[in-house]
Amino acid sequence: MRIKCPLCGERDRREFYYKGAAIDLARPAPDAGDVAWDDYIHNRENPAGRTKDLWQHEMGCSAWLVVERNTVTHEIYGVELAENVKRGMK
Amino acid sequence: MSGPNRLNGGLIDRRTSVIFSFDGKTYQGHAGDTLASALLANDVRLMGRSFKYHRPRGVLTAGSEEPNALVELRSGARQEPNTRATVTELFHGLEARSQNRGFSLKYDFMAINDRFSNFLTAGFYYKTFMWPRAFWEKLYEPIIRKAAGLGSVSFEDDPDVYDKGFLHCDLLVIGSGPAGLMAALTAGRAGARVILAEEDFITGGRLNAETHTVDDMSGSAWAQAVMAELTSLENVRIMTRTTVIGAFDHGIYSAVERVSDHLAIPENGKPRQILWRIYSKRAVLAAGATERPIAFENNDRPGVMMAGAVRAYANRWAVTPHQQVAVFTNNDDGHRTAADLIAKGVDVTGVIDVRPDAPKVAGAELFAGAQVVNSTGRLGLKSVQIRLANGELRDLPCGALAVSGGWNPNVHLTCHQRGKPVWNETLAAFVPGGELPVGLSAAGAANGGLTTAAALKAGAGAAVQALSDLGIQAQMPDLPEAEDTPISLTPFWYVKEGKGRAWIDQQNDVTVKDIKLAHQENFRSVEHLKRYTTLGMATDQGKTSNMGGLAVMAELTGKSIPETGTTIFRPPYTPVSLGALAGRSVGKEFHPTRETPSHKWAAEQGAEFVEVGNWLRAQWFPKAGETHWRQSVDREVLQTRKSVGICDVTTLGKIDVQGKDAAAFLNKIYANAFAKLPVGKVRYGLMLREDGIAYDDGTAARLAEDHFVVTTTTANAVLVYRNMEFARQCLWPDLDVQLISTTEAWAQYAVAGPNARKLLQKIVDPEFDISNDAFPFMACGEITVCGGLRARLFRISFSGELAYEIAVPTRYGDALIRKLMEAGEEFDVVPYGTEALGVMRIEKGHAAGNELNGTTSAFNLGMGRMVSKKKDCIGNILSERPGMNEAGDLNIIGLRPVDPKDPIPAGAHLMNADGEISAKTDQGYVTSAAYSPVLGCSIGLAFLKGGADRMGEILRVSNPLEGTEIRAEVVSAHFVDPEGERLRA
Repeated sequence: MRIKCPLCGERDRREFYYKGAAIDLARPAPDAGDVAWDDYIHNRENPAGRTKDLWQHEMGCSAWLVVERNTVTHEIYGVELAENVKRGMK
Repeated sequence: MSGPNRLNGGLIDRRTSVIFSFDGKTYQGHAGDTLASALLANDVRLMGRSFKYHRPRGVLTAGSEEPNALVELRSGARQEPNTRATVTELFHGLEARSQNRGFSLKYDFMAINDRFSNFLTAGFYYKTFMWPRAFWEKLYEPIIRKAAGLGSVSFEDDPDVYDKGFLHCDLLVIGSGPAGLMAALTAGRAGARVILAEEDFITGGRLNAETHTVDDMSGSAWAQAVMAELTSLENVRIMTRTTVIGAFDHGIYSAVERVSDHLAIPENGKPRQILWRIYSKRAVLAAGATERPIAFENNDRPGVMMAGAVRAYANRWAVTPHQQVAVFTNNDDGHRTAADLIAKGVDVTGVIDVRPDAPKVAGAELFAGAQVVNSTGRLGLKSVQIRLANGELRDLPCGALAVSGGWNPNVHLTCHQRGKPVWNETLAAFVPGGELPVGLSAAGAANGGLTTAAALKAGAGAAVQALSDLGIQAQMPDLPEAEDTPISLTPFWYVKEGKGRAWIDQQNDVTVKDIKLAHQENFRSVEHLKRYTTLGMATDQGKTSNMGGLAVMAELTGKSIPETGTTIFRPPYTPVSLGALAGRSVGKEFHPTRETPSHKWAAEQGAEFVEVGNWLRAQWFPKAGETHWRQSVDREVLQTRKSVGICDVTTLGKIDVQGKDAAAFLNKIYANAFAKLPVGKVRYGLMLREDGIAYDDGTAARLAEDHFVVTTTTANAVLVYRNMEFARQCLWPDLDVQLISTTEAWAQYAVAGPNARKLLQKIVDPEFDISNDAFPFMACGEITVCGGLRARLFRISFSGELAYEIAVPTRYGDALIRKLMEAGEEFDVVPYGTEALGVMRIEKGHAAGNELNGTTSAFNLGMGRMVSKKKDCIGNILSERPGMNEAGDLNIIGLRPVDPKDPIPAGAHLMNADGEISAKTDQGYVTSAAYSPVLGCSIGLAFLKGGADRMGEILRVSNPLEGTEIRAEVVSAHFVDPEGERLRA
């Protein structure tokens, strides 16, 4: 597997740490309530197809990335810096 | 002549003789021979015994698909089981032994299994060894393990080096037959970066095995001419002895290069094998095709071989398996074997063709519309019995039978992702289909183009297309003249006549009957069939047997073969040695070793080291006369508490946090408050997971308004840094803060004990006042030592003593430990290791990894009140959720045995003083235990239900695993200096 880090270019998968669904970016407000926090901590979709994941270029530039990919074909559609994605969420 | 079966011609070097041995007997072959060709040349057909029935077996094929001719190669530490004689290059002094036999290959007492074959059918183990259950482990399994299985291993360390490597290319060409050579040539001429990978030790593929001409040359001469051009191109890398074993995501292929397998021992400094990871932009699969047999009764005798293999032995290796050969075929290709053998002067006693309209053969008798129904010859084929078209039976003498049931394209790599092969009626075979790995195309025989002309054209075309995808323009080369005979074949899988066994999978001893039995017992899906009968398992993965098995099952279920489908093809394509997969990651190199800055010094002191993750840390420092580790540890603890001790704590994670919002950031990372920590002060910090569970603790020192140094536990150094980067980039990207891990940048020592300050005052430069007033408990600062060396000083204590941690740039770490020890001489300073460190932290009641064990909350740890309720930090919301902080939950407590002689076992469970001992009555568990030399008894830290309110209670400390039980009193976890007077001294 190859991931194109927006800062470093295309690199081997083994340079990256995988965290999980990009929902981790959407941390609820402290007063969002039990259901929102439960969803954030515990509940994940398990799609066969397109998904957005969080990866870190740990052996490279340390950037956290949002990788949009296909869980069936492993095709990667795009990679963005997570901090840009997070800023865009507001 | 090297052996009675050697013919003229061939691609062997007759001037170079190679001496080798098989089962202790010495033979002669030639350079260019394989072990199989050399044995056949010497009239050795019997090469092994079968897996289950110990039937005599010979070589079936001339390639990596071989199911039968598996030998033990070499001896001593280099002994290697299950080596295919068909791909083993002959070298001087090669030693091979047959496998799976008793006293000798010819007399094998385990062949008695063959007589009991009615009992040893499909599912035999499942059915037979069910009862009595207790017999399995002690009786059945050892017997089966001894009786079954293939070769044996030496149990010695492999003396050879294996390597891993990485390659990049525009086009990877897999296979160097006519299709592969044309693909490589086309791409090479266009200037693309090409890798040509060939499993064999010479390139050319089937061109070396056939008598077809290409243009006006022999196929092998044409291949050599192309190779000459490819070798001259700097952008083409030719890799022989290299098998591409798997197709992975994004154009990545793995390949095993057998660098030294063809040598007795690897050349100096060379690895035995290399596992390559090849990053390709495009790939062409030109892996050819594999011939499939026709099953009939007793079709497994040594001498029954694939027709294409017999042809390869004759044309490439100038060997015939016997002086009398018959051919059994359902297609025109089988006739080529007869023609080639006749041309070489071999007596072809007959061509048996199942097709009534079979073409005539010049120089041999044709039996059209006939079938081979049985064979004779205990240790080697003597004759075959034929049912003629008119119904008569006839015996035909032959020492070898060349069988052709048609050819299966080698689709394997096209299926390694989601590809599902599709059925081709003309070939009666599966060809690549569905979704091929992205960037891969198949060409030539691998794609069902079985003629030489088709392969040449497809190879060139595939390369032009692949390069065009990459924006590289390639010219279609002039295609040479080559044979283009249409395929003529009547599908025919097995002979129905006969009561005996007709072998489908010779490696696993699976017969037509076994497949019928699986069908009868309802194991009908191909995947069930495989598991129930073992069809297609083991080293050959059914390359010659799967299709036959499928065809029989399809017939039984009344479905077509494509409806029946194939089992899933998975990597590796051929067996890979564990050495190649391990590469250099063996022994001490299995993982990196990190040494602390004081390692050299500690080793000089004779320290015992312990692995902590990748780190090696000094565990204790034995002194002359100390015979037990406890003597060393007790001394280190007592001396530290009495005077002063020094411990290397470099391994703790260190993270530099800088920026205008550094304090605000740490306020979010730690559960307790950090915003108001003054410059020059250190604070203990507890980190929670977002679900409220405690996961790490450490300190944060504020060196400046916008500069903190965070420490983590050794084990979590990477995790904490990663999580902090996550928080910085993904949760609060607008905070102005930057992080960097500086664990390796600073050598850090704990200096602990009543004389710690006096010792440090001797090396800290005089302009820095470290008196108790100027530098109190939890102070920190940037200082200089030893006359100007920059350092950081933290007044923190894990031991509970007056203590400091001092850090200097790593390169001064060795000098500093020597300086500290020298300065401490007057105080009888003692170095202490991780054991004494652990004892002192338990005496002090400090939580560590055993207590922060992934299930405990701040409340459990007695730090519930530390968790800030005013701020938004990671984990504080869910740390308040129901069930986390109930009265009666586990609290950390100390344990002291009622009888001071009793040791407290770590991991033991706490039970009330009286009553039942069970999971239901469980009161908690011991997390840490140690002998406290200060208290003179064993002590422990434990989690106890409602423990905070149970001081003074006597409990049973129960260890049912080892059948021990002691009594202990619940006490405060702070055994030593509960008031904290010493650390403030």
